[in-house]
Amino acid sequence: MKPARFDYARAASLDEATKLLSEAGGTGKALAGSQSLGPMLNLRIAQPELLVDVTSIPELTTVAEHRDHVDIGACITHADIEDGRIADPSLGLLSYVAGGIAYRAVRNRGTVGGSLAHADPAADWVSVIPLLGAELLTQSPRGNRSIAADRLMVSSFVTTLAADELICAIRVPKVSARSRWGFCKFNQKVGEFAHCIGGILYDPDNRRYRAVIGAIETAPIVIVDATELFSGPFGPDLDKRLDIKALLALLDDKEITDDYTRQLAPVALKRAARQASAS
Amino acid sequence: MASNGVGARVRRKEDSRFLYGEGQYIGDLRFPRMRDVAFVRSPVAHARLKAVLIPEHLRSSVFIAGDLAGVLPLRAISPLPGFQVSEQPALVTDKIRQVGELIAMCVADTRAEAEDIAAQVSLQYDELPPVIDMLEAQKPGAPLVHDTVKGNVYVNVAYDGDVDSVAKTAPVKVTRSVRTARQVMSPIECRGFIAQWDSRLDQLILHGATQFPHVVRSGLAQVLQVPELKIRVVSPDVGGGFGYKALLAGEEICLCWLAMHVKYPVRWLEDRREMLVANANCREHYYDMTAYADRTGKILAFDAKAIVDTGSYSAYPFTAAIEASQVSAILPGPYDIPVYRCVTSAVATNKAPQLPYRGVARPGCCYAMELMVDAIAREIGREPHEVRTVNLVRPEQMPYDNVTDKHFDSGDYPQLLRMAVEGIDASGVRARQRRDESDGRLIGLGMSIFSEQTGHGMTADGKRRVLYEQTFARLTPDGRLEIRAGIQNIGQGLETTLAQIGSEILGLDLEDIQVKLGDTETSPYSSGAWGSRGMIWAGGATSRACKELAARVARIGAALLQTDKDSVRLRDNCVFGPSGSVSLRAIAQAYYLSPGELPSDIDAHGLEVTGGFSPSCITGIHTGSAHAAVVAVDPETGAVEILDYVVAEDAGTLVNPMIVDGQIFGGTAQGIGSALYEQMPFDKQGQPLASTLADYLLPGSAEVPNIRVLHMETPSPYTEFGIKGVGEGGAIGPAAAIANAVNDALRPLHVEITEIPITPRRILHALAARRLANNLEHSQ
Repeated sequence: MKPARFDYARAASLDEATKLLSEAGGTGKALAGSQSLGPMLNLRIAQPELLVDVTSIPELTTVAEHRDHVDIGACITHADIEDGRIADPSLGLLSYVAGGIAYRAVRNRGTVGGSLAHADPAADWVSVIPLLGAELLTQSPRGNRSIAADRLMVSSFVTTLAADELICAIRVPKVSARSRWGFCKFNQKVGEFAHCIGGILYDPDNRRYRAVIGAIETAPIVIVDATELFSGPFGPDLDKRLDIKALLALLDDKEITDDYTRQLAPVALKRAARQASAS
Repeated sequence: MASNGVGARVRRKEDSRFLYGEGQYIGDLRFPRMRDVAFVRSPVAHARLKAVLIPEHLRSSVFIAGDLAGVLPLRAISPLPGFQVSEQPALVTDKIRQVGELIAMCVADTRAEAEDIAAQVSLQYDELPPVIDMLEAQKPGAPLVHDTVKGNVYVNVAYDGDVDSVAKTAPVKVTRSVRTARQVMSPIECRGFIAQWDSRLDQLILHGATQFPHVVRSGLAQVLQVPELKIRVVSPDVGGGFGYKALLAGEEICLCWLAMHVKYPVRWLEDRREMLVANANCREHYYDMTAYADRTGKILAFDAKAIVDTGSYSAYPFTAAIEASQVSAILPGPYDIPVYRCVTSAVATNKAPQLPYRGVARPGCCYAMELMVDAIAREIGREPHEVRTVNLVRPEQMPYDNVTDKHFDSGDYPQLLRMAVEGIDASGVRARQRRDESDGRLIGLGMSIFSEQTGHGMTADGKRRVLYEQTFARLTPDGRLEIRAGIQNIGQGLETTLAQIGSEILGLDLEDIQVKLGDTETSPYSSGAWGSRGMIWAGGATSRACKELAARVARIGAALLQTDKDSVRLRDNCVFGPSGSVSLRAIAQAYYLSPGELPSDIDAHGLEVTGGFSPSCITGIHTGSAHAAVVAVDPETGAVEILDYVVAEDAGTLVNPMIVDGQIFGGTAQGIGSALYEQMPFDKQGQPLASTLADYLLPGSAEVPNIRVLHMETPSPYTEFGIKGVGEGGAIGPAAAIANAVNDALRPLHVEITEIPITPRRILHALAARRLANNLEHSQ
């Protein structure tokens, strides 16, 4: 199929982009790498009247390293992260995850901000960015704000972003050198969207001990303090200490009834824990 | 010179244009004033169409069934006794029978605008209860897909051996029900056509990716009620056929009608969604089977009931009977089964018509039978390959007519099996299985073996036995060889292999031979590229044409060398006599440009020949092949990884072993799709649920292992050079071998999976069911 008719504008600045989106009054859509929106346009699932191309806005492709965090421009591609072309606040977690997103052709164009705004529950960043305790810096005609990453996604393809609000950057806290992480996702074939994601981040210096369960057909479950879930503090053989009943209760809270997801979630989290706690 | 002929591993002549992106596919063609078509398709599976509402200002851009005056419905009728006939209109007339069925044709300057128009056409219909499951479809009171197809059964195909008397005394009885998913053929290039009217030639010209341009022409002539003289079908490069382009369907019929009326070129390019949802459906079988065996595993009798889900229509030309007739006839496989009973029903449902996909029913049959052989092996505690050996037709029995009268012409099936067993290192795998894997995965070994009936001589409409295939061969005035055939190159390398045959016979370099295919206007009639028939039939016809041409060339060469025609030989681009030689170029020049210098008795038929060929056995040339797979199954996630894969293949004399390897790699990749990934799910209303390749999973390069191919060459006694067919073989064995390997891996957990594809979800579900059963046993 071919897209329905739309107008196209290439915004030179954030102000121009948010103004165009605001004027479009909900019928506009920001276009970044076009790896999700493109197919949706072709299938006519999305029929915006205006596409605002944000890829030539300089701020969105900027990465700024600060003392305790890195601001990653929203139009930084998965491949930029995979290849280590940007500062890494995560001791390798971001590039590890980026390298497993879809296929290289998709990673060359797909952007981290676009993926977060699109909010496909089976995508990687909607799970991993909250795991890192990141914030999203946004702009709209009403001004700038910051959204905690675990507050962005409401449910499948639904976020707290306004129609004229753009993610400008992802502010990722730097983890300390003693940090450990684990990430495990299941897909049936390479490049497919995930069927389940498990992630662990342990950063003793910054008192972070977080976990995430994602790709569960809705917003991921972010566990800000994983102590109870793993029956105690971070340590060796963490995978063997996963409280599966507690995990299933978390899935119950989200009304996840699919047997397959309920079988995979403990495995994903265990394997992430094993990776994080392996000596 | 011999390095270019039959048996040479030469690179493909056609690959340069493909690798440099210079192939010409239907989507690459442009004609002045060409406009694009989009179709309004049915959103529901079963309904009475009451009205098609077209906004008045768009009326001239939209065409519905009532507009298509003079267009007859397709009627694909099997000659099998009892076949119930249905009709398939190009556009829905009154009853909708599947999601995606064609209702209206919209034309505009671009596809996007045509889709805009289609979106403004609305439908009024009364929904009917749909028939979605083939088992339900046969039950009394089920809604009828066609009033003319009673009980929703197009045809039953039966063999009726006396199983009951064997059953009374057989020491071993094994019963299984197995099922294969509905799949969607997925060539990279979807279907597509451009139709136009040529006023000068007073002729309709249809360009389109097809495996059989001549068959499309005949079919179009019938439904459009136009003389064949007035239709030309040209197939440009074909981006994968696999059976999906051996078809005549509503889209191209509508397009042709439109071109004849509007007199400008019109194009329809299928998109992936149309292909998945509305069109390229295939496979989907169900088997209830019981094998009776002795304690060695020798099958004494085999009993089966099978169903194939043929979907909404009898597709043209191969009909709704093709899979059912194959299932009943081919299920016994390469085995010496003395007593056999089988009824296979072709059942209509409200899903897209089932089309014959690479191997047609053979992959399903192979999966079903080979699962049974492994089940027998487990039952009696023997190695599965030992049970196979006990049952295989032996080389000393060849030629062998099996229980369904299939004529196995030659081959050594036990040796093929041994090659696979040794190739996969079966004893090494067994040793590995006795050790625990460090990652907790379970290792499994599985095999399959089959005999494939290739190049069987049926007309493309399945009605009659073909007795001919022709190739035209001409030595051009500059001494080069032009080969023209009505078959089409669909990626199987015919531009190279037919040239190799020409080279073998005429002694010409491959660079001086060109093969021209795919155009009804310039080639002899051919029933096309399907059924692993290309090299047997078109290769045979090329051989015959070139042999006659060689004889004529030899006569002229002998005259020029002033020697006897029986004393000359063709090689190295020349005719050699007892003393001296003359080049084919000089011979051609003498014939065309200075005929006065030749003796007066030179054959007036000239240096162009249409040669015909028919194998001396037209019921099919039987190949053999064994597949062996080693898999690792993760019992926590249900993930399956193929660790090793071996194919042992006997396709007779190989014209180009490298091309055969490629055929086997590609077929095996598709078989891996059947085994582990591909399924088109439907909801209860008959909505197909996988409308993109994000939902319909195909194996990619990461999922296809390094496939090791072992060749064995038993020439067929019935063909030129001893060639057998090989196009489909790779796709037939994998589902069986991989399923057996997965079940072998899961054996310690007492789980057997009897449905493909074997997805992680399916494995975890089976493991959970087994745990539940175990818990119940413990609690009792």
